[in-house]
Amino acid sequence: MKTNNKILPLEVSKLNYEVNGHKLIENLNFRLEAGQITVFLGPNGAGKSLTLKLCHGILKPSSGDIIWNTDLSNKSTTNKQFHTMVFQKPILLRRSVRANIEHTLKLCKIPRNTREDILEKALAKTGLNEISNLPAKSISGGEQQKLAMARAWALSPKVLFLDEPTTNLDPSSTIAIENLIEEFHKAGTKIIMTTHDLRQAQRLSNEILFFHRGKLLEQTDSDTFFSNPKTQAGRAFIKGELFW
Amino acid sequence: MFIIRFPIANRIDDLDDLGQGFTSAASLIISLDTDLLSILNLSLRVSLSAVFISCIIGFPLGAFLAYYKFPGQKGLVIILNSLMGLPPVVVGLIVYMLLSRSGPFGVFGLLYTPTAMIIAQTLLVTPIIGALTRQILEDLWFEYSDYLKSLEASKIDSMATLLWDARFSLATVLLAGFGRAIAEVGAVMIVGGNIDHITRVMTTAIALETSKGNLSLALGLGIVLLITTLIVNALAQLIRTKYN
Repeated sequence: MKTNNKILPLEVSKLNYEVNGHKLIENLNFRLEAGQITVFLGPNGAGKSLTLKLCHGILKPSSGDIIWNTDLSNKSTTNKQFHTMVFQKPILLRRSVRANIEHTLKLCKIPRNTREDILEKALAKTGLNEISNLPAKSISGGEQQKLAMARAWALSPKVLFLDEPTTNLDPSSTIAIENLIEEFHKAGTKIIMTTHDLRQAQRLSNEILFFHRGKLLEQTDSDTFFSNPKTQAGRAFIKGELFW
Repeated sequence: MFIIRFPIANRIDDLDDLGQGFTSAASLIISLDTDLLSILNLSLRVSLSAVFISCIIGFPLGAFLAYYKFPGQKGLVIILNSLMGLPPVVVGLIVYMLLSRSGPFGVFGLLYTPTAMIIAQTLLVTPIIGALTRQILEDLWFEYSDYLKSLEASKIDSMATLLWDARFSLATVLLAGFGRAIAEVGAVMIVGGNIDHITRVMTTAIALETSKGNLSLALGLGIVLLITTLIVNALAQLIRTKYN
């Protein structure tokens, strides 16, 4: 898998999202470039996952712009050909491991004659060959998240959104998922992920966007954020003193 | 002072009838009575046809109401749910009026035919299939929506995914519909007329034998009907276990 990131940079400006008059995301402005692993960091309820879903297009913003370098509104191209998302709790169909990946390929109109080859490569990459015929709901939590990653791998996305992909996993499964994230990164996929795990953010990120109460407080490189955060909230978060 | 007198003699007769009922059932089954087989055959033919047609209408209707949100959708759901409690005699009466010679469909001459019975049972079963399907698929949509939206699945693809993944729950819905159809007597009695060898089904035969005072035979037929329903449910369970 090798991707060419022509859809980046991603430009987000004056982004707002509100539900029943409550502002959940407030006036976000940022620009994401290709090549780096970007981590949205912040406590629970900071708006990280909402921002991710807004960028991916699952949620519609109340106002503001999300502009990709490529015009995704062109009928001949669709978002799913460019970016895909792995959720905190893997959403798996009530089918076998193999059938889950097949379903994704079919929905994305991947030509039938190439599906089998892509499927086998995705299974091999994530180490799921042995259990490919088991029902997806019956495999372990770590394997389920690997399956979600396998579905993403099968699509060769240019951007991969990951919403706290290791929150419910044990340490060995967490390492396995982090290794897969590195593989995506090496293949040229832009990684944009959320986490509230400081150590994970330090291990993986090149760039940090720090969120608090629906606002973006800092956007900086990872080393700068962890050594010298600019904001009071950022410092408190690193010390484990920031609560919603 | 009131003295409550228990109808002891009647209870003993009833117990005798119960015993004779089992004997009658056993002898009907062992002798493979041709009249019984013809009645059983018609019962299954009418009810299975009604359930089949109800599924063709009810599954897409349920999927439509689960997936689409539009003004009046909730009202439609309430109406559909209410129709699950349609009294069979009322449905029988309406179909009777529609199919009678002076009715709008009288020219087709369907009254007192198995077709009329299938129409009546379809009207009774379709709301059950539709309403339960909607509930099951709405719950599943809540679980799958982020995944399907993420891949920009079309409406048809989304509904097909929901229907396929809910197939085992929908099999139970189908059985609920079959239970309603095979056990129903009011509607088929009115539109079928309980004509021997033409429109006599198990439930109308039981009603007839009961009215003639032939309780043991009526009970025997009832037991055969119960066994038939049991066999159909067991077969469905076997299929479910095999493919789940």
